[in-house]
Amino acid sequence: MSDHDYRPKSKVGQWFNDRLPLLTLANHLTDYPTPKNLNYWWTFGGILTFCLITQIVTGLTLAMHYIAHADMAFESVEHIMRDVNYGWLIRYIHANGASMFFLAVYIHIFRSLFYGSYKSPREIIWILGIIIYLLMMAAAFMGYVLPWGQMSFWGATVITNLFSAIPLVGEGIVTWLWGGYSVDNPTLTRFFTLHYLIPFLILGLVVLHIWALHVPGNNNPVGIDIKKPSKDTVPFHPYIVIKDGFALLMFMIVFAFFVFYAPNILGHADNYIEANPMVTPAHIVPEWYLLPFYAILRSVPDKLLGVVAMLSAILILAILPWLDTSKIRSAVFRPLYRQFYWILVADVLVLGYVGAMPAEGLYLLIARVATAYYFLHFLVILPVLGFKEKTLPVPLSITEPVLGGSPNLAAARNKESKIE
Amino acid sequence: MSEKKTKRRDFLFTATTAVGAVGAAAVVWPMIDQMNPDASVKALASTEVDVSSLTPGNTLTVLWRGKPVFIRRRTKEEIEEARAVKMEDLIHPEKDEDRAKNPEWLVMLGVCTHLGCVPLNDKGDYNGWFCPCHGSHYDTSGRIRKGPAPWNMEVPKYEFVNANTIKIG
Repeated sequence: MSDHDYRPKSKVGQWFNDRLPLLTLANHLTDYPTPKNLNYWWTFGGILTFCLITQIVTGLTLAMHYIAHADMAFESVEHIMRDVNYGWLIRYIHANGASMFFLAVYIHIFRSLFYGSYKSPREIIWILGIIIYLLMMAAAFMGYVLPWGQMSFWGATVITNLFSAIPLVGEGIVTWLWGGYSVDNPTLTRFFTLHYLIPFLILGLVVLHIWALHVPGNNNPVGIDIKKPSKDTVPFHPYIVIKDGFALLMFMIVFAFFVFYAPNILGHADNYIEANPMVTPAHIVPEWYLLPFYAILRSVPDKLLGVVAMLSAILILAILPWLDTSKIRSAVFRPLYRQFYWILVADVLVLGYVGAMPAEGLYLLIARVATAYYFLHFLVILPVLGFKEKTLPVPLSITEPVLGGSPNLAAARNKESKIE
Repeated sequence: MSEKKTKRRDFLFTATTAVGAVGAAAVVWPMIDQMNPDASVKALASTEVDVSSLTPGNTLTVLWRGKPVFIRRRTKEEIEEARAVKMEDLIHPEKDEDRAKNPEWLVMLGVCTHLGCVPLNDKGDYNGWFCPCHGSHYDTSGRIRKGPAPWNMEVPKYEFVNANTIKIG
């Protein structure tokens, strides 16, 4: 990195920076050479940072009014909605913010899948991302329990019961998680504690995620290694800052639409009924962002194997860099992978749809086929494709295709070295 | 540095690590165990239910340890149906005679053994219970017949204190 020789202009700046090199860090972040061809799919990292901060700020303010007790939680949420100044706004931002967070993270993940951003040398960035994603799911699940409505209670019951599938120790683990013989007050108070903790763990992991990113630098739509800094890069500020900022504003319009015009459309009406351990709602479904995994869970008729399949569906992503054997990163130059990519996208959407439907008849059949295909994609298609696929010629630099160059190695290398 | 001094440092290193590890383990256990059911939760171990108002063909649902317990006064047809089932047709083979000592009364946890939902009365393909969450069907003895649940609904420890009162737990 070229910023080691950075020196602040002012005397005070120099004095401070010699003692704590924060200004060097700021300079690194401003000058950070970024591929000049990043498209709008690359703006979701910034959008996700915004989502995290939004959840932390609104969450802290909600915690000032919320009461984590089985007898009072439901009422305290209604108190927030009706009595607290702008409580409705803060809660709707927080509740819909979770959905927006997942919307952005899914786009972010599928961008990585399309452009091969998880491949060497970016495996650690990818794995950190998967851990963040897992923590997001844990935080979202526990947050959904806090209003102590019917969906909160029964969602908590069903999800914690997943652990009872573990042979021998399963029941003991579930009792330990509950702090009792059913989901009750001890469960609520510990979920509140963990729900409060996890965002800060995510924040720490985001710092590592960005740190790991800044070592090799960004991948780009062409998916090739580029020289940094060079004619293929632009400094992060102002080029990427303004692009991220514009995309963020567009994203906030969508966000605001949900908060102000359809604040409950992504939730379930049953959660406005207080938790009742005697009655299970007729149709239990998790929040939309967990539906594909829920569909996988239900498509397996065996309890333990269903849980194993669901967890594998997530954890398989962690070893993706080694399952994909192709050396070419971007799907732009992988004509076959590009088609399988879109089939996978459709497959996950289908899983999400059947996850919301009752698990019977045709829906169950579709869920089973889609589940099988999901694993087939990662375990068979990706490894084989790397050997079988005839990829298109990859340009040597980002600038090259723009200048109309052919994949002529010698000519392009000459061109590169002259400009350097 | 003499050899003797190095040996002393090695000893200190090993001893410190060993004592530290034991100390850490001793502190970790209370931190884990505090999450297990506390004394006040365990104290709610049994409950007594008056079943005098229950007529045949009806179910009473009571809360015991935060979980619903179904008390069903079964009709003759239900008992016959439950007792006529062959063991080899069952996913989790249990005789109805063992599940309901007094055939008229079926007492069991109203908790689906799949993921813990409360099954619905008088529903499903076997005239017993049906779990709306993931589609498990139970028969008139609360035994799993179809669906993802692995076991029959659990029969808790209970006894008739007198003709009209059941003590659960």
